[in-house]
Amino acid sequence: MPLLKIDNLSKSFGGLKAVSNLNIEINEGELIGLIGPNGAGKTTVFNLLTGVYDKTEGKISFLDKELSGLKPYQVTQLGMARTFQNIRLFSDLSVIENVKIAYHQRTSYSLASALLRLPSYYVGEDEMQRKAMDLLKIFKLEDKAEETAKNLPYGEQRRLEIARALGTEPKLLLLDEPAAGMNPQETQDLMNLIRWIREHFKLTILLIEHDMSLVMGVCERIYVLDYGMIIAEGAPDEIKSNPKVIEAYLGEEVV
Amino acid sequence: MRNWFNRQNIVALLGIVLLYAVVQGLIVFDIMPPFYKLTLIQICIYIILATSLNLINGITGQFSIGHAGFMAVGAYISAIITAIQHGPLLVGLLGGAIVAALAGFLVGLPTLRLKGDYLAIATLGFGEIVRIIFLNTEYVGGAAGFTLPSKITWTWAFALMAISVVLMKNFVGSTHGRACISIRENEIAAESMGVNTTKYKVMAFTMGAFFAGLAGGIYANYFYIIQPMTFNFLLSFNILVMIVLGGLGSMTGGILGAIVMTLASALLAGVPEWRNIITAVLLVLMMIFRPTGILGTKEFSLSFLGKKGDKNAASKN
Repeated sequence: MPLLKIDNLSKSFGGLKAVSNLNIEINEGELIGLIGPNGAGKTTVFNLLTGVYDKTEGKISFLDKELSGLKPYQVTQLGMARTFQNIRLFSDLSVIENVKIAYHQRTSYSLASALLRLPSYYVGEDEMQRKAMDLLKIFKLEDKAEETAKNLPYGEQRRLEIARALGTEPKLLLLDEPAAGMNPQETQDLMNLIRWIREHFKLTILLIEHDMSLVMGVCERIYVLDYGMIIAEGAPDEIKSNPKVIEAYLGEEVV
Repeated sequence: MRNWFNRQNIVALLGIVLLYAVVQGLIVFDIMPPFYKLTLIQICIYIILATSLNLINGITGQFSIGHAGFMAVGAYISAIITAIQHGPLLVGLLGGAIVAALAGFLVGLPTLRLKGDYLAIATLGFGEIVRIIFLNTEYVGGAAGFTLPSKITWTWAFALMAISVVLMKNFVGSTHGRACISIRENEIAAESMGVNTTKYKVMAFTMGAFFAGLAGGIYANYFYIIQPMTFNFLLSFNILVMIVLGGLGSMTGGILGAIVMTLASALLAGVPEWRNIITAVLLVLMMIFRPTGILGTKEFSLSFLGKKGDKNAASKN
């Protein structure tokens, strides 16, 4: 049984069909890439998966549950977390507060014990602090825990966004252009990080990316999207040599 | 294991008790002129109003300007309970606050879908509707309002203020408060982090309305008379000015703003024709030189007394 199954998914904005008849299957533990030229509908797919948009047609099932009608926070609570193409941190909050908000949905204490500062409040807050610090250590951000998020360098903001997504304890992680704006060295580090978090957190990852070296380097399977339709699917080597893909997207890069 | 009994909380508690005792002593021995006592009780009322509005506007980032409406609900309901039904004062105050919270919940559910200016207009409209309902209700005296005995003492006002502020501060300092702050910071990201944004917006709104209603009850049971005109939109703006002055999003900033504005208006009582001009000029200067308010989003805290250092400790220097 696949972890995520997208069945004939379509989305229209008025007369524009942004995504049509999309079929994707992702099994547990896979690392899948979703690529395509600008405007192909990649981010729309993410927004449909996470409940930001309502689909026009089709079915999305995640962990055997139908996702239609669920709000984004409910999808996150089911175990699907995402990052954004244009970083969306809580930029005026500290690094550790960013991560703590991700742990919010697993809060162990009630509103009443927060208001009255009952012992369970202190237990819950201590546990949250410890978990958040552990996560920051993994991402080598522990020294900057009290730093305001917007003051971090760009690469660290990207890392923090991934850390924050992992704070929701997801089974499926959606990364929207994680390497955007990174130099080759940072991209290389990110590749290693993505592989490592998949092993460490036993995750399934779906990533959108423009950087071909990253996609070809880490993904086991790739879907190619063009004008809202899947035009090719397969291992990186098959995709590289697929004439349709070369025509639509890769152009001279792989020649 | 951390718990309530840390140095910071104990010092804060001692400070609160000391402040209460000093003022109470001055009142008991008849040293304090009545005008000062009135100003102090007014400050208590405005602190509750400002911090509760800050919960909605500053912490959760939902721009509401109908706070006088919730205050009016609390004032009238508590006055009806204590003066017309002859109920105990505490029942009246809590009853007023609970009905105001209920009004906040009912108004919040549909209007919190609106953003920015639209929400502001909707809440402003709510405030005016409440006022006009009371204006046209004979049972509560219509435009003339009605009189009731003054039962609120300094002890009542101060104790209720201190409890309200501590409860709201505890809320903001918990994971529930952080969820509200995340909505202010970035609603889309908050939602994708698993925060039920609608629930927390309505929760903050309801809680803000509860404490506004409580402040209304204190007001009604102190000032002998309540009239619909008191709760017009100028009052809502006054509370808004307090939190903008003190710092939107800072609980201690809201308290500071309430104290500064109430004191300024009391000190300038001798020159009423200049009062509005001077406060307006002060606000304009404030907006030019420190648009984030006195404290910004920082909090004044006693954490420097604890073992662990806190970056916000020295924010009020």
